[in-house]
Amino acid sequence: MSGFKEFTGKAVAMDRANVDTDQIIPKQFLKRIEKTGFGKYLFFDWRYNADGSENEQFELNRPENKGASILIANENFGCGSSREHAPWALLDYGFKVIIAPSFADIFYQNCLKNGMLPIPLKQEQVDYLLEKGKKQPFVVHINLEEQKVTDGDGFEAEFEIHAYWKKMLINGWDEIEITLQLKDKIEEFEKTKDPYTIL
Amino acid sequence: MGKSIIDKIWEKHVVHREEGKPDLLYIDLHLVHEVTSPQAFSGLRMKNRKVRRPDKTFATMDHNVPTINRHIINDEIALNQMTTLEKNCAEFGVELAGIDSPYQGIVHVIGPELGLTQPGKTIVCGDSHTSTHGAFGALAFGIGTSEVEHVLATQTIWQNKPKTLKLEINGKLGPGVSAKDVILYILAKYGVNFGTGYVIEYAGEVVRNMSMEERMTICNMSIEGGARAGLVSPDETTFEYLRGRKYAPQGEKFDKFVEYWKTLASDEDAEYDKVITLNGEDIAPMVSWGTNPSMTSPVDSTIPTMEDYKTEIEKSSLKRALEYMGLKEGQKIEDIKIQHVFIGSCTNSRIEDIRAAAKVVKGKKVHPGVRALVVPGSQQVKKQAEEEGLDKILTEAGFEWRESGCSMCLSMNADVVPSGEHCASTSNRNFEGRQGAGARTHLVSPAMAAAAAIFGHFVDIRKLTTVESV
Ligand code: SF4
Repeated sequence: MSGFKEFTGKAVAMDRANVDTDQIIPKQFLKRIEKTGFGKYLFFDWRYNADGSENEQFELNRPENKGASILIANENFGCGSSREHAPWALLDYGFKVIIAPSFADIFYQNCLKNGMLPIPLKQEQVDYLLEKGKKQPFVVHINLEEQKVTDGDGFEAEFEIHAYWKKMLINGWDEIEITLQLKDKIEEFEKTKDPYTIL
Repeated sequence: MGKSIIDKIWEKHVVHREEGKPDLLYIDLHLVHEVTSPQAFSGLRMKNRKVRRPDKTFATMDHNVPTINRHIINDEIALNQMTTLEKNCAEFGVELAGIDSPYQGIVHVIGPELGLTQPGKTIVCGDSHTSTHGAFGALAFGIGTSEVEHVLATQTIWQNKPKTLKLEINGKLGPGVSAKDVILYILAKYGVNFGTGYVIEYAGEVVRNMSMEERMTICNMSIEGGARAGLVSPDETTFEYLRGRKYAPQGEKFDKFVEYWKTLASDEDAEYDKVITLNGEDIAPMVSWGTNPSMTSPVDSTIPTMEDYKTEIEKSSLKRALEYMGLKEGQKIEDIKIQHVFIGSCTNSRIEDIRAAAKVVKGKKVHPGVRALVVPGSQQVKKQAEEEGLDKILTEAGFEWRESGCSMCLSMNADVVPSGEHCASTSNRNFEGRQGAGARTHLVSPAMAAAAAIFGHFVDIRKLTTVESV
């Protein structure tokens, strides 16, 4: 995982609410044992027709939307199954940032753990970005240190992120390494507090 | 001021706390299955790390195992996941209930039935329905694969303390109304994200009167309301269920634990961030008609119309859902015809669920043109059902009787609903494509699913029981 301080990318709109992880990556693609290669299956049922050709109606298939790295979606993005294949697929496709009014808890954490930034903004702010993106993709700039999203057209929004996650993302840290530094505390817990040891 | 069980369990598991960071929580039980673990084990291997507590880790295979001809697995990639899990468990010393084990089954069914699931434990699994285990008064939640790796390596997890929500269901349930109807009713009323950021404690007379199986059904679908965990304070029902189970404390030790578990139940005057109160008498048998579990209505009602919704986003969700489902606004729920019935999944595949289905179909026949499947949650459930003769009742009625696994809950194996066809399913998710591309899922209770199998469309089982008793 490499560090993530600022990011500028092409943003596209997908105005759908309650997009669940079954939609993001259908289960028939969960059988791999690697973390990579899921991008081609992202939004599979929406993206392709039954004969395997691309569905032209689907937002991300519009030629001008290709190569996007920022996804703007509607409320409760990433609900449903806890599969981490969902952020893997989004990442492998090329998305680094997702902006939505709200995210499902597990999905939100899974994004951060994989170095992808989910940004919750207010509904009216997201509505503005969605409307803009529906016309054509546009450039969005994210400054994680200042917790700001701007679009070069005067739009500016601040977003929330836990200080812990901010630090992790900016430094590109491996969480297990950090925890293993607390090994003594874990051992002590096991000896003195675990009811399965002490009762 | 008293404390809730959620706060009590949390405080007892904090290994490390530091300003500006989530808490580091100790994990008492880590359940592992074939789909969300391979990348975690390979991560350990790459960094030369070990599983810290294999004795607190337990694995099974359930998501893509065949439920028929178990040893002929044509899907090479699925087979690869299963053999990868076998190899990983052997290499890292983790106990595995593999495909030939008498204890194999859906991870959320076997945890409780083996007594691994106990009050006061923190339990995680790379699966969102881990909330099921909350029925025992455990704090149980689903995690992603990175977290699976983290727990394997450290037996801990970084977590922000969730808010607490008490959901009190008072009164009594009417005849024919089951735990599944209760949770579907809650989702219909409060939507798919009312629980986001919360752990839900289910309380009240209705919950107190429930068996462990019923409590599991409710806790199971907490995640469908956005809550990562749902739980019930432990009581005598919980302790009785656990007594004598394979991995539960034995003998005197068990009594010691019961004393400890009792202290965990929420205090009378416990404080919560939010409280919701419901009445059991208001709940009818429910049927989902849309593409998320909140798109659900009482069986004796009709599908909503555009006028029932205010916002554009709700209207367009309704439109999109009905298009996918091939249904019309205002249509009577009882007029929805079904071609498939699936009784199974970690929501409703335990012995009581199978008994409920068998009771409805006894001496009757599955409607012509309907394919009906019963997939017990575990090998132990299957065995018990066979001892009770339930398999005979079901197969004589025309049901298929299968081996245990997730099966048509997510159709990762060969059990798939064909595109455009309707399935009355006792599972937990009716998302687009969940039971197969284009498949149309209706979430119901086991008794409602069984009745739909007989009639070929949904029927209000309350009418059936009156008809029968006349
Ligand atoms: S039965 Fe369904 S919901 Fe339960 S663990 Fe299996 S796939 Fe997940």
